[in-house]
Amino acid sequence: MSPAQPAQVNKVLKEKRFRKGVHPAIIVIVWFFALLWLVPIVGAFLTAFRTFDDLNEFGLFSIPRVFTLDNFTRAWNTANLGQFMLNSFIITIPSLTACVLLSSMCAYALVRFRFALSRPLYMMFVAGLMLPFQMLLLPVFKLSDDLGIYNTYWSLILIHTAFQLGFCSFVLRNFMRTVPPSLFESAVIDGATEWVIFRRIAFPLMLPGLAALATLEFTWIFNDFLWALVLIQDTHLKPVTTGLANLRGQFTTDYPLIVAGSLVATIPTLIVFFGLQRYFIQGLTVGATKG
Amino acid sequence: MALASRRTRSANYQTLALNRFLVIFSFLGIPLGLYLVWVLWPTLYTFYLSLTNWDSFTPPVFVGFQNYQYLIADPEFQHAVINNALWILVFITVPTAAGLALATVLNNNLRFDRFLKVAYFLPMVIAPVIIALIWSWIYLPQQGLLNSFINQVLRLLQAIGFNVDPKSAYSIGWLGDPNLALVAVMAPAVWRQTGYVMILYLAGLKTVDSEVVEAAKMDGATGWTMFRYVIFPMLSPVTTIVVVVSIIDSLRSFDIVNVMTKGGPVSATEVLANYMYVKSFDDNRLGYGAAIAVVLFGFALIFVMMYLRQVMAQEDEGTA
Repeated sequence: MSPAQPAQVNKVLKEKRFRKGVHPAIIVIVWFFALLWLVPIVGAFLTAFRTFDDLNEFGLFSIPRVFTLDNFTRAWNTANLGQFMLNSFIITIPSLTACVLLSSMCAYALVRFRFALSRPLYMMFVAGLMLPFQMLLLPVFKLSDDLGIYNTYWSLILIHTAFQLGFCSFVLRNFMRTVPPSLFESAVIDGATEWVIFRRIAFPLMLPGLAALATLEFTWIFNDFLWALVLIQDTHLKPVTTGLANLRGQFTTDYPLIVAGSLVATIPTLIVFFGLQRYFIQGLTVGATKG
Repeated sequence: MALASRRTRSANYQTLALNRFLVIFSFLGIPLGLYLVWVLWPTLYTFYLSLTNWDSFTPPVFVGFQNYQYLIADPEFQHAVINNALWILVFITVPTAAGLALATVLNNNLRFDRFLKVAYFLPMVIAPVIIALIWSWIYLPQQGLLNSFINQVLRLLQAIGFNVDPKSAYSIGWLGDPNLALVAVMAPAVWRQTGYVMILYLAGLKTVDSEVVEAAKMDGATGWTMFRYVIFPMLSPVTTIVVVVSIIDSLRSFDIVNVMTKGGPVSATEVLANYMYVKSFDDNRLGYGAAIAVVLFGFALIFVMMYLRQVMAQEDEGTA
């Protein structure tokens, strides 16, 4: 009598019972819309591999005469997409690292030390993550100008780190609360200082939560448009989002190039999403459900 | 003797309290400092800026409530408020209903459900700017995907004897026509939001108590009755979150509008987030922009309060 058997039987029974419930017409509708949902992406993909002349002469629904990588190479070389992508990473990676480290410290302090301000601080973070960016835009613009970091990577790194701290601390604090306090107390009795407890016990325990957060934050910071639009002026410093928007002004009619560039710019977030899908979805839903 | 020991004890307490403060500060100092300087202070400072005239070159000049007086009489601002209200209305109905329906269906272990989930969720991973660029291409009158498709349909209709001109498809200006532009701009936003709502509800459905569902089944609840009276009420915390997130996202809708239409044609797609940016950085009226931001904040605050109440309730439940 292996313990796996009843579980398996159970699973089969469960699936059979559930499958019976969905009407075939509903399944057809769900599939139809799923394919419709993919049309913009697949359509963009097919266009990016065709030439402007071919599309212009024979239309989008013609059978392609040539498949070309030309749009991609032109986007990379002439339109400077490579530089924009590099800038995006230069901005995203330090912001992400700083944000995750600082918010794990924050979360630890909020859970470990029940001081008078810990609940108001937590509420401030929750409220802050709902704030419209427009509310901070002008003072942050002014502040970065006053500090002399306007139009540098630093302005973006600082604002991303600071703003995302709120959300990260909120999520990690809830994650930390599931750790039994006795774990820390016994470490105190063994003579460990708070920083040792944080490094050796709390931080490793937070790692699964950190993974979920980091995947989500990566896409958020990488995909940011507004802050880059306001804080970066020089073309060679722009991340890929404002860089591409800028390209559209330059290459107005050359839409296969813009579409090709857009697809390339999506690759990093797609890799993160497909590579770490489970964590990504955990991160998204963590604020919404208690689990 | 007793007095002396009490004094040392209180001195000990003081050092202990100081130590405790220093330890807490060592953890919170940097993150809170950053948050105060880059988030909290700017939020407060915007209130002040909204009471000034500021062109970003010379220091702000205090003018009282002048900006707000202009704002009330500004027809473009009214457009933006109405469009934002429409945007919210669409966002809390269409993607929410669609996402909930999808989650309910996909929660049944369908064949290839992973593929289906990814298909719906994929737009969420793509940057809004890139979505805007791709959809701008879809809407191009001559070479875009949508008009090319309509052209094909019309050709088919013509071939089977209908009196239509397939070339007329190319004259539909999705982003140029004030009557179509708002719908055309909302479509990619809805396309993006639906998968997100689906994921939130799927997570919610996992927490639905299967014993309650079984008991309801025993009592003869099926299909719609089961959904309406058993499952949907149990999902109400998720629904609150979905509605609040949808409203906040509507108020934040900047990237798609700014890249696709910049609020045009003739403010047909104007929303507060974009109008604030345009006034501040294109027209250099930053005080006026700050006033728009404050209005936006006011709208957001109403719904953030709803969310905070829910979080608080969960908190108290959690500690009890």
